[in-house]
Amino acid sequence: MPQLNAVPMSWYLILSAILFTLGVAGFLFRRNIITVFMSIELMLNAVNLSFVAFSHQLRQVDGQIFTFFVMVVAAAEAAVGLAIILTVFKNRRTLSIDEVSSLKN
Amino acid sequence: MPNQPDLHLWLILFFPLLGALINGTIGRRFSKGLIGSIAIGSVALSFLWVVRSLSELGQLDAPHIERYFNWITSGDLKVGFDLSVDRLSSIMLLVVTGVGTLIHVYAVGYMDHEEGFWRFFSYLNLFMFFMLILVLAQNFLLLFVGWEGVGLCSYLLIGFYFLEKYAGDAAKKAFIVNRIGDFGFSLAMLLLVVSFGSLDMTTVFEAAKKLPVESSVGVLTTIALLLLVGACGKSAQVPLYVWLPDAMAGPTPVSALIHAATMVTAGVYVVARSSEIFLKAPIAMEVVAVIGLVTAVVAALIGTAQNDIKKVFAYSTVSQLGYMFVGLGVGAFSAGIFHVVTHAFFKALLFLGAGSVIHALHGEQDLSNMGGLKSKIPITYWTLLTGAVAIAGVWPFAGFHSKDAILLAAHAHAPWMYWVGVVTAGLTAFYVFRAIFLCFFGEYRGKANPHESPAIMYMPLVILALLSVAGGYLPVMDWLAPLYPVHEHPHDMTLIGISLGFAFAGIFAAYYVYVLNPGSADGYAKSLGGVYRAIAGKFYVDEAYDAAIVHPLEHGSRTVLLNGVEQIVVQGGVSGTVGVARWMGGLFRLMQGGNIRSYAVYALLGAIIFLGVMASSGGAR
Repeated sequence: MPQLNAVPMSWYLILSAILFTLGVAGFLFRRNIITVFMSIELMLNAVNLSFVAFSHQLRQVDGQIFTFFVMVVAAAEAAVGLAIILTVFKNRRTLSIDEVSSLKN
Repeated sequence: MPNQPDLHLWLILFFPLLGALINGTIGRRFSKGLIGSIAIGSVALSFLWVVRSLSELGQLDAPHIERYFNWITSGDLKVGFDLSVDRLSSIMLLVVTGVGTLIHVYAVGYMDHEEGFWRFFSYLNLFMFFMLILVLAQNFLLLFVGWEGVGLCSYLLIGFYFLEKYAGDAAKKAFIVNRIGDFGFSLAMLLLVVSFGSLDMTTVFEAAKKLPVESSVGVLTTIALLLLVGACGKSAQVPLYVWLPDAMAGPTPVSALIHAATMVTAGVYVVARSSEIFLKAPIAMEVVAVIGLVTAVVAALIGTAQNDIKKVFAYSTVSQLGYMFVGLGVGAFSAGIFHVVTHAFFKALLFLGAGSVIHALHGEQDLSNMGGLKSKIPITYWTLLTGAVAIAGVWPFAGFHSKDAILLAAHAHAPWMYWVGVVTAGLTAFYVFRAIFLCFFGEYRGKANPHESPAIMYMPLVILALLSVAGGYLPVMDWLAPLYPVHEHPHDMTLIGISLGFAFAGIFAAYYVYVLNPGSADGYAKSLGGVYRAIAGKFYVDEAYDAAIVHPLEHGSRTVLLNGVEQIVVQGGVSGTVGVARWMGGLFRLMQGGNIRSYAVYALLGAIIFLGVMASSGGAR
C-alpha cells in the first residue's frame, strides 16, 4: 500500500489524538446520554486508529487483532447501552445525564 | 557409649503429656471416674516405665543418654532434645513419679466434690510432664523448659480457685517471684554458652572439671551464684521464699505434690546436678550454705506462730528446703538429695494428712477451730503423727537419717552451722507437734461434723506413712557416692544425741504448752511481746517487699507509665493518627461526589500528569 506509506506515522497519531480529545470533551461537557455514548465510541475508535497505524508501522498483526476485540466489546456495549438508554427514557422521559442520578447518595 | 540399650526414655514423658492432652481437650465430657483413671493411669505408666528403664540400666556407672533430635542450631551452638539418666536423676525420677502417683490417687478422692475436675487433672498431668523433662534433661536449656513449665503449672494450680481473689493474687505472686529467679538462671545459661560454648551437661561439667578451683569471684563462681538465684526462686529460699506460703491457696494435693514434694526441690536438684561447677566455686558454696541456714531458721520461727494448718506445713517446707541447701553448701550433696527423698515422703504425707483433716472438716483450715480429732479420724491421725515424728527427726524415722547426715556434714564444715541447724530442728519439732496437738488433742472447737476420708484418700496416706518410717534406710547416699567427692564424717554419737535431744525437747515443749496447759500459749506470746508479734507477722517481709518494691513499682507505673506514657504518648499517638486519617478522609471525600464526569476529569488529569512526567523524564525508555 504505497499511498499509506506516503502518509507519515505522526499524522495518524495526531488524528487519533484529535479524535480522542473530541471524545473526551464530548463525554465531559455534553448532557445528552446518547451524545455521551457516542463520545465513548469515538474514543474507542480513536484508539483503534492508533492500534492499526502502529500495527502497520511495526509489521505486526497484534494491533489489528486488538482492534477486533475493541470492536466486539464496543458492539456489545452499544447493544446493552442502547437498551439501558431506551429503558431510562421510557421510565424518566428524559435523556439529560444530570437528572439520572438516583444512585448518588 | 557403645551398646547402649534404647530404652525409649521419651515414653516417661509421653504418658503424662498424653493424659494432660486427653483430659485437657475432651475431658470435660468424661465422667469423673474416667478422668481419674486417665490421670492416675498415665502417671502410673510413667512410674512403671521408670522402674523398667532403671532395672534395665542396672548399676548406671555412666549416665545413659538418649539423643532424639537437634532442637536449636545457631552457629557453633547446638542444643538437642536429649534425655539422660544417671544415678542422681534416677532417684529424682522414682520420687517424682512414685510420690506423684500416690498424690494423683489421693487427689481423685480429694477433688471429688470440686468443679473443674478435668481441668485439675489435666494441669496435674502437665506438671508431671514438665517435672520429668526437668529431671531427664541432658542440657541446661531443656532443663529450663521443664523449669518454666513447672512454674506455669504451679501458677495454674495455685490459681485453680480463680474466682477467689486471694488465689489469683497468690498465683501471680508465685509466678512473678519465680521470674526473678529465672532471670538468674537465664543469665547463668548465657554465661555457660559464652564460656563453654555448649549447654550440654556432660560437656560443660567435663570442661569445668579441668578448671582450677576459684579463690575469688571468677566465671564459675558467677555461674554458680546465678544458678543459685534461680534455685532460690524455685526452692523458696531467702529472700525469694515469700511465694511458697501463699501458694497454699491451691488445692491441698497440689500443695503436697508441687509445693512440697517435687517442684520446690528442683532448685536443690539443679545445684546437685551442677556440683562440678559449685565444687570449683567455694564462695558460692558458702553462700548456698548460709542462705540455707538463714532460710531454715527464719521459716521455722515463722512456722511456730501460724494458725492455718497448711501455712504451718508450708513454712516447714521452706525450712526443710533450707536444710537441703545447707547440705549442698557444705559439700554433702548426697545428704542433701537424701533429704529431698525423705522430705518428699513425709512432707507429702503431712500435706495429704492436712488435706484429709480439711476434707473431714469441710474446708476448715484454721487450727483454732480444730482439736480433739484423734478419735474421730483415727487413720488420718496415726498417719499424720507418723509424718510429724519423721520430720521432727526422731530415730528411726526417715527424717532422722537424712537430717543427721546433713547436720554431721555441717559440723565437719563449720560447727556453728551445726548448732544453728540443731536449734532449728528443735523448732521444727515444736511447731509441727504444735499443729498436731492443736488439731488432734483437747476439746473439739469447731462446728462441722468430722468424718474419716474414703479409702482412696487414706491408702496413699498409709503408703507414705510406711515410707516415712522406713525411707531412712533407703541406700540413697551409697547410691550417690560415686558422683560426689566423699567426706568421711566420724559417726559422732554425741552430735546425734544432741540433735535427738533438741527434737524431743521441741516435742515436749509443744506437749507442755498445748496439751498439759491448754490456753497457756497466749500468756507466753504476751510475755514475748514484740518478738512474738514480729514472728506472727512473718517478720513483716511481705510488707517490706510491698513498701520497697511493689508499691514503688505500682506508683511508678501509675504516674510515669499510665499518666505519662499511656495518656500522652500512646493515647496522643493514637488520637493523632486518627485525627490525621479523618482530616485526609474529609479532603478525599470531596472528590467522590458521585458525578461520573468529575471522575472522568480526574482520570484525564491523572493521564495528563502521567504523560507530562513521562515526557519530562525523556520517554518510556
